[in-house]
Amino acid sequence: MLKVTIDGQTIEVPEGTTILQAARMLGPDVAPPTMCYYSKLETSGGYCRTCIVKVTKGSEKDPRPMPKPVASCRTIVMDGMEVQNQTSPELLEARKGVVEFLLANHPLDCPICDQAGECHLQDLSFEHGIESTRYEFERRTFKKIDLGPYIQLHMTRCILCYRCVKVADQLTPQRYHGVLNRGDVAEISTYIEKAIDNDFSGNVIDVCPVGALTDKTFRFKSRVWFTKPSDAHRNCDKCSGKVTLWYKGDDVLRVTGRKNEFGEVDEFICNTCRFEKKRTSDWQIEGPSKVDRKSVISANHYSGNTVIPDFAFRVAENNKKIDDSPKGSNLLAMKN
Amino acid sequence: MQLTSRAKRVSNKKLSLGERLYLPAIVGGLGITIKHFFRKKVTINYPEEQRPMSSVYRGLHVLKRDEEGRERCTACGLCAVACPAEAISMVAAERKPGEEHLYREEKYAAVYEINMLRCIFCGLCEEACPKSAIYLQSDKLAPSFFDRSDVIYGKDRLVQSMETIKTAKSLKSGLTTSDRYVDKVFKDGKY
Repeated sequence: MLKVTIDGQTIEVPEGTTILQAARMLGPDVAPPTMCYYSKLETSGGYCRTCIVKVTKGSEKDPRPMPKPVASCRTIVMDGMEVQNQTSPELLEARKGVVEFLLANHPLDCPICDQAGECHLQDLSFEHGIESTRYEFERRTFKKIDLGPYIQLHMTRCILCYRCVKVADQLTPQRYHGVLNRGDVAEISTYIEKAIDNDFSGNVIDVCPVGALTDKTFRFKSRVWFTKPSDAHRNCDKCSGKVTLWYKGDDVLRVTGRKNEFGEVDEFICNTCRFEKKRTSDWQIEGPSKVDRKSVISANHYSGNTVIPDFAFRVAENNKKIDDSPKGSNLLAMKN
Repeated sequence: MQLTSRAKRVSNKKLSLGERLYLPAIVGGLGITIKHFFRKKVTINYPEEQRPMSSVYRGLHVLKRDEEGRERCTACGLCAVACPAEAISMVAAERKPGEEHLYREEKYAAVYEINMLRCIFCGLCEEACPKSAIYLQSDKLAPSFFDRSDVIYGKDRLVQSMETIKTAKSLKSGLTTSDRYVDKVFKDGKY
């Protein structure tokens, strides 16, 4: 086991763990944000530089700091390593620059984009970015490409994280889309505009950190913050069948995989579950999904899925003065 | 027993001769009344006369069009989520080819409703709007209602009329200060 300290918190991790994985073990407050790394997809990460961290002490044997910020998703932990993430102002400044690069060609059409409200790039630029853009040139634009009846591709919004390519490589028997060209003109495209019509292709929607790949059946139906997520499952012969249903009133507008606190789906779901089962009677409802209180999805929902904040429970716990131990009850009896 | 510290002792002192005469007090009172005859009136004859409104007054909503008459609203839902009274609701639709002269963006509000009974005219929708589409006009008040069906304002009553766009002068007159600011920003090309 190797000892690593991230933002002052020490944890022991097995050999071969990356800094990012170690930080995620400590919790979402410590973990650096990621745009391209996806723990369920092999070889993902290393493209976006969002997860950079500052290594102030290389290891116990060689305590020299690393000369520049390193991508935590691709850097293996050494014994005695010390890492700064949120605690380093220079690092936050560097990450601000990364966000600016990611946004350089991003159209910022959030009012139209269906991903708004659950977009990782939106969250990232809200937390780390600058308020305005310094980019003066014409932004990169692409022609619309038809990806079949279920998936909408907006190449203009793409940040080239390669997650969708890896989904197609690792989840489906063959892929029809990939990244064409290089550099500034690189784009995600289907080869010869072939529809990706295998059973798990819909997962590219869930893994896309921005609104480049969205659900065509949900297109412009509702903003995500007007829908209420509920966990549900069904018996599916192709996938686990564990999903989140997004309700507006009594209608299921959208079905997605269940996402954890890092925005990654727990289990990939099949296209039948995602696109064709949109009636409540198709599902067994488990209850409302937990939504982060900071998320816009929990805004304005005055009933139902409002999550009581942790501190309320803690205050209630501290104020609990009733001693119901046998000794306490005896004292009470004596008083009476 | 003293029940409260604010109790006052009442004096039962006899009135003086001047006070007992009453007449000086009556004359004094009448004087005050007569003085008000010659003062400036505090009221106006409302429907005929109207007071000047503050340029930052938050009156009836309007959904603006741009210079070419296209609707600015893209149904992003930020006004509805900002609305503390939950008065705004909308249904979005995709712009079809050939409708580019009607709607500014790819998506538009097919239905946009404000419940004027719920609305508290706080202006948060105006502040939330990223497209400068919704404004609370400073020179128009929401009328009183006599029927519940009148209360929900749809797009037919909210969208700015085309006549106000054609004449530049009337465009300015119907705008709030924040709108003028936006216009200035648009002209300066900072947006």
